[in-house]
Amino acid sequence: MNIHEYQGKEIMRDFGVSVPTGYVAYTVDEAVEAAKKLGSDVTVVKAQIHAGGRGKAGGVKIAKNLNEVRTYADEILGKTLVTHQTGPEGKEVKRLLIEEGCDIKSEYYVGLVLDRATSRVTMMASEEGGTEIEEVAAETPEKIFKEVIDPVTGLTPFQARRLAFNINIPKESVGKAVKFMLGLYDVFVKKDCSIAEINPLVTTGDGDVLALDSKLNFDDNALFRQKDVADLRDFDEEDPKEVEASKYDLSYIALDGNIGCMVNGAGLAMATMDTIKHYSGDPANFLDVGGGATAEKVTEAFKIILSDDNVKGIFVNIFGGIMKCDVIAEGVVEATQQIGLTLPLVVRLEGTNVDAGKKILEESGLNITSADSMAEGAQKIVELVK
Amino acid sequence: MSVYINKDTKVIVQGITGSTALFHTKQMVEYGTQIVGGVTPGKGGTEVEGIPVFNTVSEAVEKTGANASVIYVPAPFAADAIMEATDAEMDLAICITEHIPVLDMVKVKRYMEGKKTRLVGPNCPGVITPDECKIGIMPGYIHKKGHVGVVSRSGTLTYEAVHQLSEAGVGQSTAVGIGGDPVNGTDFIDVLKAFNEDDDTEAVIMIGEIGGTAEEEAAEWVKANMNKPVVGFIGGRTAPPGKRMGHAGAIISGGKGTADEKIRVMNECGIQVAETPSVMGDTLINVLKEENLYEKCKTH
Repeated sequence: MNIHEYQGKEIMRDFGVSVPTGYVAYTVDEAVEAAKKLGSDVTVVKAQIHAGGRGKAGGVKIAKNLNEVRTYADEILGKTLVTHQTGPEGKEVKRLLIEEGCDIKSEYYVGLVLDRATSRVTMMASEEGGTEIEEVAAETPEKIFKEVIDPVTGLTPFQARRLAFNINIPKESVGKAVKFMLGLYDVFVKKDCSIAEINPLVTTGDGDVLALDSKLNFDDNALFRQKDVADLRDFDEEDPKEVEASKYDLSYIALDGNIGCMVNGAGLAMATMDTIKHYSGDPANFLDVGGGATAEKVTEAFKIILSDDNVKGIFVNIFGGIMKCDVIAEGVVEATQQIGLTLPLVVRLEGTNVDAGKKILEESGLNITSADSMAEGAQKIVELVK
Repeated sequence: MSVYINKDTKVIVQGITGSTALFHTKQMVEYGTQIVGGVTPGKGGTEVEGIPVFNTVSEAVEKTGANASVIYVPAPFAADAIMEATDAEMDLAICITEHIPVLDMVKVKRYMEGKKTRLVGPNCPGVITPDECKIGIMPGYIHKKGHVGVVSRSGTLTYEAVHQLSEAGVGQSTAVGIGGDPVNGTDFIDVLKAFNEDDDTEAVIMIGEIGGTAEEEAAEWVKANMNKPVVGFIGGRTAPPGKRMGHAGAIISGGKGTADEKIRVMNECGIQVAETPSVMGDTLINVLKEENLYEKCKTH
């Protein structure tokens, strides 16, 4: 799960990790009020959307007085920002972060991620702050320093110190940088983050070390014990179909093709998309109904698939292991009738009780095309949506 | 021979009184797996399906002589269950549970360092040695005893591959689901090593998906060490970057973990990769024929 920058900074502040003072604003008046409260010489007006590259897209402005705060807030709120992470359709700005400006001396990068190869959390740091870390990794990998963290001890001060010296933080600020890194690790493990990225981390004219930006992502599987984090979810930032699917425990991801897919199992669901593409079709979604699909779940899955106007046909691909094909077939028939499905529907059933399942589909009298393999099903649906 | 499990494996079920666990316990017993006990804290001394239930894993091991455990415990408590199996010095712990917080697994892996237990999973279908022992949730009947090893990050794609092989009359030595999570116990290389050393395995099919670099590392290992043919499949060629495709570990991040890169490295290392999932079985069979192993692998 992603959250906004200002929310990430609030969490960091709670853990004693230094961030500039700032307030969220939903309206222009709130933005001006926030700036008054800050009383700083310069104020930063920052668009809050779940995507990077906001500065380049005109979503971050430096205001020298309250009038400028008003002008910029008015300009950015409601604007659709298009960045390299939003896709061409962009994202509308509905919230602003109004933050005190600071006297930046140097910019750095500090990030925490899970390293899959070692199964450990790893802190990465670089003196190339402000640049995307992937870019630094591609062009000057020698400028990225890493510390692999033992979960028993957590990040140790010597590791943080080594990182601080390696990325050339001025020695009078090293102590503060170490405190920052230790605090960030604390946030990461106590809040079940999956990514904590500070880019840039800055040193200021008077030797302070603070996070100018904050990107915290959280492990969805841990949200059951992070209720306060779960409450920060901003539904405006998500595809409404994905939000709806999550209510029914369906794993759905919207894509831009025209063939709706309903599959059991994540691996098979991906492979189904690949197969459709292989036969020159375009999948409209990834959808894993899971192992325990019921008629109700199948119906909801159909509704979600059909709420995408681009969908011109549906391919159901089920390998019934524990899940029985006749149960799925009943679900498909019930859902088709209930919704009054008119689009082409291709169903491939395999596995437990497959014959009973196929019989139910045949006897339903519905316009369902059956297929004996994934490849055949994919070819048929591609043909039918042409 | 086979890998990890066989007809002599004695299994306990952690979380046996839960409805999913109970359902699959019955299926395992039906398949012929020796289920010797179950563990549910607080229900020790009772029985389910004629199987004795214990309060702790160590007590279950002491009383039953079990050497493997299968874990169906709900995600918030699953990490603890794995550590309990490890503490009881099980040879094998297979964790079916999905949605375990990843930082819990980081701790579990650290805890297991230097200890004897092998963890398979979490978020996996389990392990099966056809006609001998089935531990997990896979449908037993699609499997056939034979000489092809299967290792996979995905449950349903394993079934798909196994089904294609069995239909073509090619049986399996053992099928191992290593799971779809970013931090897991047993990885591709562990299983490939085991298959390489297993007299009953003549060839291996390895099924990966987007996310991480485990397939690339496994391919390099195959090139350097494997003396049996390996074919592969990678799911998620069409997956968009930055999206988690169902499995916690199936995500392309920062341009890393794409299917194309995995396929490229696998091909470079001499692993033929099936173009579509429908031809996983055929791809393997062609390689068996090329290597003159087909007759040996064909189940008569």
